[in-house]
Amino acid sequence: MLAIEGVSVSYGAVRALDGVALEADTGMITAVLGANGAGKTTLLRAISGLVKPSAGTIVFDGVTLTGMPVEDIVRRGVAHVPEGRGVIQELTVEENLRLGALWSMGRRQRRAAIDQVYELFPLLATRRQRHASTLSGGERQMLAIGRALVAAPKVLLLDEPSLGLAPIVTAQLMTVLRDLTEASELTVVLVEQNARSALSVAQRAVVINLGKVVVSDSAAAVAADTDLRHHYLGF
Amino acid sequence: MSFFVDVTLNGVSNGMIFAAMALALVFIYRATNIINFAQGAMGMLTTFIAFSLLNRGLGYWEAFAVTLAIGFVLGALVERVLMRPLQGKPELNPVIVTIGLLIVLEGIAGSVWGNNARGFPPAFSQTGLKVGHTKIAFSHFDVFIVGAVLVLMVATLALFRGTNLGLRMRASAFAPEVARLLGVRVGRILTLGWALAAVAGSLAALLVAPTTSFSPYFMDLNLVFGFTAAVIGGLDSPVGALVGGLITGLGVSYVGGYLGSSLQPLGALALLMVVLMARPQGIFARPEARRV
Repeated sequence: MLAIEGVSVSYGAVRALDGVALEADTGMITAVLGANGAGKTTLLRAISGLVKPSAGTIVFDGVTLTGMPVEDIVRRGVAHVPEGRGVIQELTVEENLRLGALWSMGRRQRRAAIDQVYELFPLLATRRQRHASTLSGGERQMLAIGRALVAAPKVLLLDEPSLGLAPIVTAQLMTVLRDLTEASELTVVLVEQNARSALSVAQRAVVINLGKVVVSDSAAAVAADTDLRHHYLGF
Repeated sequence: MSFFVDVTLNGVSNGMIFAAMALALVFIYRATNIINFAQGAMGMLTTFIAFSLLNRGLGYWEAFAVTLAIGFVLGALVERVLMRPLQGKPELNPVIVTIGLLIVLEGIAGSVWGNNARGFPPAFSQTGLKVGHTKIAFSHFDVFIVGAVLVLMVATLALFRGTNLGLRMRASAFAPEVARLLGVRVGRILTLGWALAAVAGSLAALLVAPTTSFSPYFMDLNLVFGFTAAVIGGLDSPVGALVGGLITGLGVSYVGGYLGSSLQPLGALALLMVVLMARPQGIFARPEARRV
């Protein structure tokens, strides 16, 4: 379980997160919803260590992640797919995937893990030697998620995976996510502005507004709360 | 005609040295967007150490290896001690520090070894080879220069393209934050990049030393030429550094041969301006690679 307790993050005078608490249960998808600038991205960056919280703790499976360097948090099994499809455009598809597994496994294991990703996203297999810059938005998102999965993470942090994607591609992605969590113990923290599609796959949902958690409930309850949806989620 | 051939051969040999210098600059620029103005001075310092070792009776190849190793350590030290604390500051800050380092290193060399020019012993004969009965302006030492720099280039390409370490280095240069999220220890990669750059710079200095008047300032002009070569090549790739080096070497050699050697730096500057006007991103750069 990933447990976040009273986490605050400030950028200069701007407080991006203010005492955020959240529990992401093992093997489940937790949706983190809220408007632009609510602090969702900052929350993921705090978990993966890219920003240091000024207060609070982040604990994963009994290990305190707060204060740990990014590279070590990755080695605890936390994979962060940043917003804007953080594929490295100058590298090929295969190189991007290889990079994802470099720290965690040897050559032969890596080959198997990469082939597994190609099985999950067959389209990527046809583009192995192409530079990531030549991929479409949907393909890049698959590559970014595939690259995170290569290392067999325990926690997957996804930042706006549906951004800029056609609805049908978004639906495919959400299906892949659901299948992944059903088939393994993978814990997913899914940050989305597209609340509707996130709630369709998530078990739990947290709504953040201006850096504070306003609602933390089951995804079904959040989806059913018309007032809340109108007020914070815009649908 | 034979004068033209001689000037051309001289240009190739110089160009290879500029290419090594350019490669050193590219290594660091690619990873950090910093031009290391101390690159030449760092090579100068290690070459002076080689000079002392040779004077104590150490063999050329032993001194050669030790010097490159010292270059490696010096590069790593400069990154860890001087550059690391400036991370996240405006890019101009580390650039200014490299200029300061240039002055400090030249001062140190001047006070330890003296500011007067002297001769540095070459590894091979510097008399021209004979083709048939005519002597050409290309010696055994020039062959060594071309060979050594080609080995450096091939090794660099093999490192970048063919190894996991090279993949880590490229990822860290292109997208440091993403690389960290994939478990790459970008800080260590950066240290290694500075170390390897200093090895390339030391090699360039070792190759220049016998052909020039050897004083603490002997790399100043070579830094300018190496910088010209790096910018022409696009500040981005080993191949670019090699081609940029050859273009600069030939250009400078023709200017020196036909117009007089005092015009050489001016020639390099003119070359730089022409290339930047025609192709501002350099010849081999990725289009988005650079803001000048």
